[in-house]
Amino acid sequence: MYVAVKGGAKAIEAAHRLMAKRRRGNPELPGISLDQIREQLGLAVDRVMAEGSLYSPELAALAVKQARGDLVEAIFLLRAARATFPRFGYCLPVDTGTMRVERRISATWKDLPGGQLLGPTFDYTHRLLDYSLMEEKEPAGRDGPAEIKGPGMKSPEMKRPKALKALLGEGLMEAEEDDGREPGDITRQPVDFPVDRAGRLQNLARSDEGFTLALAYSTQRGFGSVHPFVAELRQGTLSVEFTPEELGFPVTLGEIDLTECETVNQFKGGGGQPPTFTRGYGLAFGHNERKALAMAIVDRALRAEELGEEIKGPAQNQEFVFSHSDNVEAAGFVSHIKLPHYVDFQAELSMLRQMRKAANDDQR
Amino acid sequence: MTSAETGYNFAYLDEDSKRLIRRALLKAVAVPGYQVPFAGREMPMPYGWGTGGIQVTAALIGPDDVLKVIDQGSDDTTNAVSIRAFFSKTAGVATTTVTGEASIIQTRHRIPERPLKPGQIMVYQVPIPEPLRWLEPGETETRVLHALGEYGLMYVKLYEDISRHGRIATSYDYPVEVFGRYIMSPSPIPRFDNPKLDRSPALHLFGAGREKRIYAVPPYSPVRSLDFEDYPFAVQRWPEVCAICGASDSYLDEVVLDDGGRRLFVCSDSDYCAGRAGKGSPPQ
Amino acid sequence: MTRPILSARGVDKYYGGRVGCRGVSFDLYPGEILGLVGESGSGKTTLLNVLAGRLSPSGGRVLYRGPDGSEHDLQQLSEAGRRRLLRTELGFVHQRAGDGLRPLVSAGANIGERLMAGGWRRYGRIRSEAADWLARVEIPADRLDDRPADYSGGMRQRLQIARNLVTRPRLVFMDEPTGGLDVSVQARLLDLIRHLAARLDLAVVLVTHDLAVARLLSQRLMVMKSGQVVESGLTDQVLDDPQHPYSQLLVSAMLQV
Repeated sequence: MYVAVKGGAKAIEAAHRLMAKRRRGNPELPGISLDQIREQLGLAVDRVMAEGSLYSPELAALAVKQARGDLVEAIFLLRAARATFPRFGYCLPVDTGTMRVERRISATWKDLPGGQLLGPTFDYTHRLLDYSLMEEKEPAGRDGPAEIKGPGMKSPEMKRPKALKALLGEGLMEAEEDDGREPGDITRQPVDFPVDRAGRLQNLARSDEGFTLALAYSTQRGFGSVHPFVAELRQGTLSVEFTPEELGFPVTLGEIDLTECETVNQFKGGGGQPPTFTRGYGLAFGHNERKALAMAIVDRALRAEELGEEIKGPAQNQEFVFSHSDNVEAAGFVSHIKLPHYVDFQAELSMLRQMRKAANDDQR
Repeated sequence: MTSAETGYNFAYLDEDSKRLIRRALLKAVAVPGYQVPFAGREMPMPYGWGTGGIQVTAALIGPDDVLKVIDQGSDDTTNAVSIRAFFSKTAGVATTTVTGEASIIQTRHRIPERPLKPGQIMVYQVPIPEPLRWLEPGETETRVLHALGEYGLMYVKLYEDISRHGRIATSYDYPVEVFGRYIMSPSPIPRFDNPKLDRSPALHLFGAGREKRIYAVPPYSPVRSLDFEDYPFAVQRWPEVCAICGASDSYLDEVVLDDGGRRLFVCSDSDYCAGRAGKGSPPQ
Repeated sequence: MTRPILSARGVDKYYGGRVGCRGVSFDLYPGEILGLVGESGSGKTTLLNVLAGRLSPSGGRVLYRGPDGSEHDLQQLSEAGRRRLLRTELGFVHQRAGDGLRPLVSAGANIGERLMAGGWRRYGRIRSEAADWLARVEIPADRLDDRPADYSGGMRQRLQIARNLVTRPRLVFMDEPTGGLDVSVQARLLDLIRHLAARLDLAVVLVTHDLAVARLLSQRLMVMKSGQVVESGLTDQVLDDPQHPYSQLLVSAMLQV
């Protein structure tokens, strides 16, 4: 009769063994390598890095493998590892204007300095299952797809200025100036509402893609009013620099891939201010377009209070967004109801029995 | 102090994180019942599975500590096993199932039946630290209500219980007032355990990992369960006694024996039950 | 000589460059009902919120005088002091009853909340006080344990009034208390407010766009336009012989209906 709560240790051990077996799948098939995951499931790796808030394609690929492709689980693995990594300091801010772009589009200007560069995108593919991929494994070898040539590709090294600069000059775009304040770090300092924009952006950068997407969508359907134009979406490679104390000058740590999205939104001026456009901002590790775009829309929605807009949707409520956006927190708490609740349930059970008894006694 | 076996620091967390948590703990002890925000870390267990309690324990534990971990009153429930194994592995500390031998007792949902002693530390895993949350979802507003001691809202809940059910129907996570000031969630312990908090000689620490709050009840603090003068607080009682040890003063779990509705009751506190039954472990 | 219970001196409220209200001064005496009338957008609700301490003015002062004669500037008070006043000596009746009620707890708890916030700890007393107030606002006793969500619109508004009056406030702010209700329901509610105000010697600042409501309830009127008071005086005087062209327009609009 005590079986229900005995043997926990043995059960856990057995569960771990089963999981290891399931992870490996059919042992007659070759195991998947981290290189294969990184190279051929790159978008999964990118999402895990973005929401795991750690730029490491290798560890992200490991997490994807270990989690058997469950990306939320992989994100959790990466986060837990990240929490224990020592910190040497903060890198220098990256200037996305110096990005070597692979893709760069603007929906607000037909042409702009630096030009449009379609790059790799699902956007204009027809979503037809490509049965040819079912064929035998693509053989390995040195002969990859031929070098791709196209308009704009001739000078991938060319600097492309940020699109919004054009509006800034005319004063049509709200200016965003560096006030010199050190931004907080939501992973190191307790959060206190209201959270400033730097803190909100940090939260959104690691927020669950599905949640962020749904919030962005909700504003477009009228739960909060954001009328965004994509001023620029760029994706490419940047160097990250760090100044070690003992050297006193910056050294390059390496290169990372980033996706950045800037939206332009309407704003009716007021209080004697002439009207200007406002902006939303999104940034994600790797190639993560859906996330960067959704993040920019939600960032803008969360500025409702600051801009004196009516708050009518959850995407504009920073407590709502901040407290529910993190899938490590959300998945943990939702799943914890699988843990035993015998004691609380017993308390409810005996309370209910007492109340029913009292009600019966009253009727008699 | 890095453990060779795991490659992680003693008790998993790095020393900077531990210091940060200890600072929050000191503040919590200084302001009993007040929820101190802290920058919680991601732990290798999911949020909601005790990460708050684990961080508090990790920040406190030293090589000489003796750790007991219980979930639902028992040392052998899966999550208690898992957490105890985590600290055995990362800190190599001694563990025990005997309440009286432990220097730190991490718990989910229960306070042991055996009275706690001076010097012992209880660490609670807290899912929702805010007792006003169900009445007021906004964190900004609840913090103001606590700051001003505006607790009318909490009594609205109790009033509503009585007018609907003829009694205060909150059976666990029953709100308490600490030192006549802050209203606090005792974590989801059954209200049966609430009186054990009042003027307890042990130090009680509460960690909410996902919500990133720490709070405390220092030793010998008055802890009052909220009630009305004409509907005083009372704990639940069973007509049955424990089927194993015969205890009539402990919190009982109900065990369903068959489809016919036969059931019996046993102590939820497995150590207490085993001690009374005079054996090393409860009978199978 | 009685002294005013509420004094406004040069009250301004700007939203950025937009005027909410400007240069408003008046005195309100205990037991007096003052109507604020004007079309929507004229600034009357903004002024009401400033007077009640729910918005901070851009300029000027609002003074409340307590029963012991002490003066309180609602903006200067600590948050704790302001909140205490707002749930004891002052009241606020919202146009939408839902804004002033807890929709998911019973009528009894809604009425009892202010008492419990004030330290009442005997369930039986709280309940009988709530029942007493339910009767005073003409709601049947058997609805005490029902939730406002199950009430009709008129009953919800009466419940909101009871929830405010249970601590015997001396001054109540009302924002279109009969707005959005059927005409017959309105008439009954107006009658109730008039009787309660007289019996409890309540001072009321009443915002309404409906001059008929203002005539029935208020002794004095202030007519607002574009954030400013364009005319004020005894209600009958203003309505029967309006001096300002805008007041004349308002009154003539009413007569044509």
